Amino acid sequence: MPNGIVAGADPHGHGHHPALQHHFQTLDQQHEASTLGMWVFLVTEVMFFGGLLMAYLLYRVWYPEAWAEGSLDLDIRLGGFNTVVLIASSLTMALAVRAAQTGAQRATVRWLLATMVLGVTFLGVKVIEYAEKFELHHVPGANFVYEGPHGRQVEIFFSLYFGLTGLHALHMIIGVGLLSVITWMASRGRFSTEWYTPVEISGLYWHFVDIVWIFLFPLLYLVDRAHHFA
Amino acid sequence: MSAHDAGRDPGFVEKYLYSTDHKTIGLQYMLTGMAMALIGAFTVYVFRMQAAYPGSSVPLFGRVAAADYNYLVTMHGTIMIFWVAMPVLIGGFGNYLIPLMLGCDDMVFPRVNRLSYQIFLLSSVVLVASFFVPGGPFGGAWTAYPPLSANSAYSLTPYGSTLWLLAVALEFVAFLLGGINFITTTMNSRAPGMKMFDIPIVVWMIVLASVLFMGSVGPLVAGAVMLLLDQVVGTGFYDPSRGGDPVLWQHLFWFFGHPEVYVLLLPAMGIVAEVMTVFARKKLFAYRTIVYSAVGTGIISFFVWAHHQFVAGIDPRMASLFSVTTLIISIPVAEMFFVYIATLYGGSIRLTTPMLWALAFVAEFLLGGVTGIFLGSAGSDIYFHDTYFIVAHFHYTFFPIAFIAAFAGITFWFPKMFGRMMDETLGKVHFWGTIITFNVCFLPLFVTGTAGDHRRVFDYSGFAELATPQMQNLRILATWALLAMLAFQVVFLVNFVYSLFKGEAAEANPWKANTLEWLASSPPPHGNFETMPVVYRGPYEYSVPSRDDDYWPQYEPGDTADDGAPSGPRSVEQGA
Repeated sequence: MPNGIVAGADPHGHGHHPALQHHFQTLDQQHEASTLGMWVFLVTEVMFFGGLLMAYLLYRVWYPEAWAEGSLDLDIRLGGFNTVVLIASSLTMALAVRAAQTGAQRATVRWLLATMVLGVTFLGVKVIEYAEKFELHHVPGANFVYEGPHGRQVEIFFSLYFGLTGLHALHMIIGVGLLSVITWMASRGRFSTEWYTPVEISGLYWHFVDIVWIFLFPLLYLVDRAHHFA
Repeated sequence: MSAHDAGRDPGFVEKYLYSTDHKTIGLQYMLTGMAMALIGAFTVYVFRMQAAYPGSSVPLFGRVAAADYNYLVTMHGTIMIFWVAMPVLIGGFGNYLIPLMLGCDDMVFPRVNRLSYQIFLLSSVVLVASFFVPGGPFGGAWTAYPPLSANSAYSLTPYGSTLWLLAVALEFVAFLLGGINFITTTMNSRAPGMKMFDIPIVVWMIVLASVLFMGSVGPLVAGAVMLLLDQVVGTGFYDPSRGGDPVLWQHLFWFFGHPEVYVLLLPAMGIVAEVMTVFARKKLFAYRTIVYSAVGTGIISFFVWAHHQFVAGIDPRMASLFSVTTLIISIPVAEMFFVYIATLYGGSIRLTTPMLWALAFVAEFLLGGVTGIFLGSAGSDIYFHDTYFIVAHFHYTFFPIAFIAAFAGITFWFPKMFGRMMDETLGKVHFWGTIITFNVCFLPLFVTGTAGDHRRVFDYSGFAELATPQMQNLRILATWALLAMLAFQVVFLVNFVYSLFKGEAAEANPWKANTLEWLASSPPPHGNFETMPVVYRGPYEYSVPSRDDDYWPQYEPGDTADDGAPSGPRSVEQGA
């Protein structure tokens, strides 16, 4: 057997934790590796959304009036509701990680389910918002119609709105998928106080997606509200 | 393979198509890259024939129309950078070497690694498929500037440009997954006793390259999403007639594109460092200087991108700023080259085939670097921009990176990868043939470029001052040199295949080198090492005066060379 582990230890015997993969020596090392891997991935995600926000910055500086017009067309109540939903989901996610750390299996499953419900709620509200834009022909492309002094530029605002929120929603869908796997694993008792890494790194991902929304909400929904309602 | 069947003999499919072994994945990347290089070579053959003999029928292709010329040039650039240099240097050497040189049995995320190769293979298939769709493959140059690339009414390739974008995006996902593995493995899975400054330079370089890649690729993917929306949905992100700005793409592309140069350069420099120190039988002159220079290069590389856009209408004040950063970045790179030259000084140099390639890398890249000064300065770049001078400069940097350093690496690690030695005579014939023809091919292009040859003109006969016999003779000379260079690659392929089956059997450490991969048998089995190694010293202890052998492997117990500390493994840092 081509061996993988420290001298004397048999990686394929029964003296080790079932979650320990053969190329790691300890669960701690495996935990460190997984966490670092997720952080590195999130760095690339930050840069990815950074590129989109670069485009946002450029066009907002060029077309401030169009930005104000387009932003006022977004439904601040639905956007605000979704912001609350996502912040609540971050809380439930953190509670799920805490429950996993303390070995509370049923609480872990419960908090993970709550997080998924909140995530799906967010996506549902997003569908309502998108449907309204479709009806008003505010979706960029050949059928875009906008009555207003800066229609051309408002189209770019809506392009960025759909680009940013669409990619965010895609991340949410992936997140809900990820959490459903983790929930299934948790319900099968795969995690313990020694080994809860998958819950934790899924939590990292979930919090990241929430933080993206915390940027998107003011940047898209709150552009010129104060001025407008003053 | 899952974690628990390492001892079982896997079947063919599992071993070669569905393997999680980093060595198999590394070789898969390398061989896929070599196969793609054949396509890249064929495209350059066709369009250089057109440049030398415009309008004549090219054997194996036929007459080259203007649109054909465009897509051939585009595909040549795309394939050679993204599907040859990246998979060979990063995917191939990175996957193969990192776990072996760190003394562990695999990457930390083996299944992510397998997924990385599978996505890469899919991206290659998508790119090759774009040759066969209606309208042909994308022809808007490898930089894909909008509005040309954003609208099929301009590019005339409705499917080709979308497939091109899709292929590039998939390829980036593959290397993102690979990069996560490289960085995490190096941080977490080093052999006991291996401190950060005991890591071989080539691993440092590949990991730093991964960091650069991960930091720079995000904005390009974001730009690609917007370009895709422009192409498919009909948004106007880059369409000036609808308020968009095509220069935005140039910024997002080159914010990635310039660090990408160093993503490829650093692994090449790392390979050269390993080869040079082994065949000079001398300690690498200044290990830490190389590491710090590479880190510095990486940081500065994020602040030079706009030197690609001096003629794109950027503010002259910004142009001078980017001129300065561009000239500054040559300092740490030059520093590394001086370290290599100092390593050679006073060494007992052995001119084996890998060493010849490593020496040629320094010589040829130097020409590329020096000609870059003309292009990094905004004033002179306005004259040289988009001429063959750029093409020649670029190839003097990228040919050393993608081929010279890769050949150095392949000839050096071939015994480890396949358990047999490559033939030295064939190797030297290949080396001299390639190097001489390379210079004969590209030196004339500096001249034609300075005289005004624009890089995207497919037939000069319409330009009286460029269609002179002197100019045409230089183009013909470059094309014949290219044909000879391509012919010499057959020598390499013959040597590769012959040595694979008939080469002299290689022992575990045929070059008498220090790093950990030479402890494993050749080729290493699944799991790499009989017993996991422990590291006692840095990787470059050659010709230590107190010893009989002129090398002192990292894994050999004994007093450490520098501080005379008592024997035994150094403190274990794993997971810290």
